[in-house]
Amino acid sequence: MAYTYFPGCCMHGFARHCQDSLYAVFDALGLELRELPEWNCCGATAYIAVEEYPAFALGARNLALAEKAGKELVAPCTACYMILKKTKDHLARYPDLREKIDKALAAIGLRYEGKIEILHPLEIILRDVGVKGLKAKVKRPLKGWNVAPYYGCLIARPYPLSDGFSLDAFDAFIPAMGANLVDFELKDRCCGGSLTGTIEEVGHRLVYILLHQAKLAKAHALVTVCPLCQLNLEAHQGKIKSRYGDDVTIPIPYFTQLIGMALGLSEKALGLEKLLVPLDWKVGEKALAAREPAAA
Amino acid sequence: MARPTFFQRVKYEKELERDLAAEVVATPGGEKIFSCLQCGTCGSACPLSVYMDYTPRKLIGMVREGFKEEVITSFAIWLCASCYECTVRCPSGIGVTEVMYALKRIAIREGIYPRRFPVPVLAKEFMKMLKGSGRTNEFWLVLRVLLKTAPMKLLTSWPLGLRLMRRGRMCLGSTRIPKAASEDLRRMLEAVESSTAGPLKSPLPASVSASSGGSELKKAA
Repeated sequence: MAYTYFPGCCMHGFARHCQDSLYAVFDALGLELRELPEWNCCGATAYIAVEEYPAFALGARNLALAEKAGKELVAPCTACYMILKKTKDHLARYPDLREKIDKALAAIGLRYEGKIEILHPLEIILRDVGVKGLKAKVKRPLKGWNVAPYYGCLIARPYPLSDGFSLDAFDAFIPAMGANLVDFELKDRCCGGSLTGTIEEVGHRLVYILLHQAKLAKAHALVTVCPLCQLNLEAHQGKIKSRYGDDVTIPIPYFTQLIGMALGLSEKALGLEKLLVPLDWKVGEKALAAREPAAA
Repeated sequence: MARPTFFQRVKYEKELERDLAAEVVATPGGEKIFSCLQCGTCGSACPLSVYMDYTPRKLIGMVREGFKEEVITSFAIWLCASCYECTVRCPSGIGVTEVMYALKRIAIREGIYPRRFPVPVLAKEFMKMLKGSGRTNEFWLVLRVLLKTAPMKLLTSWPLGLRLMRRGRMCLGSTRIPKAASEDLRRMLEAVESSTAGPLKSPLPASVSASSGGSELKKAA
């Protein structure tokens, strides 16, 4: 099956490893991604702080282009995902806004119908491959791994996930890879977004809370579904260590990197060497070896 | 904006700026601020409220009553990271996050923020870059924001940049969309701007005119 793919700016920039692994895993699962031609930046959460109506036009242009290409649009960055969903929601609910955006789109020969569905790749995998299907394709189960899921804010807020999914249902992909699911209560708590760059002392605190909690829960990895959270959680670990005197070093893989490992894909194809905090492949074995004497 | 003096601790009717509420009500998501119960659920759900000078609940109260200067000069509006925790929990269905965006927009439009404060500078640079090339590039964006806000920070930020660069995670080249597409984008944004120019048509709820200062509000609308 082929899906229209909306990469968003970061997948072409600092999150290229996320994109590499996304393509590799989709390929291994028999799913195809076709990049939306000539897409523009969704505006993220920054643009609307300066201009309001034009911010919706940015999303609408992408949705109109996507409608020409297919029925579903896959957005792996949860900021893009939320903005596109918000554009769709607002255009349906505010006729005055819709009229202005329709006119602006008409000026460049585009038309938006309101039919396109916006999905996250994890929704696609769980819906179209399923937990069973994923399990069946696992070649190298992540035995002994304690994996904590972190979804961030925008995937389930303010709009509910598609197809009646919940974040708890999302968790199923972790045991499907053969890993132990760590109950991580802060899975949808804010990572601070751009505050780590703008108001550093506050941003670092928010990231620290998440990392500290993951360490307390004895997680070997904190897996993310958003490339922005991924960078935020891994890039500031050193500064957080010196600021709070607490070693919170923990690898932050993107979810398709971990799925790819379980599917037996190569390290290079998954961009694992591009992570700032390296993943230790033997961590699962070590954890099992440490547990065995106690069990015996 | 008349500012109360040290000896005058109360704002009188004529000093309140009621048009602020009208503008917030006109923003999608801000329509229901006059149904706010002042319950404080937004502030207790907010992961950033502990760092705020005014909680979201208090900000909404101040917006309704016209305390424009206090609202627009607050630190709180810039702290909102738009995580939507408040919005999904509000029992009155207020889009608190959208209200925060509206307040940021007013502050940026009126130029009320310290010149070197990174949050509004980032938002403006982001917009400029998007309008120019259709996409954003985090390397050039961060560089521009640092140069405008804290050039000395370049000294402490380069190690992270270097680590990303060594791993091929930094794009120094152009991320521009094709010329015809960026020309489309420019024309589209111009079309929206021309259709939204002019005074706001704000649909004020009936309850507004019943509350204090209703006559001034109508005038503002």
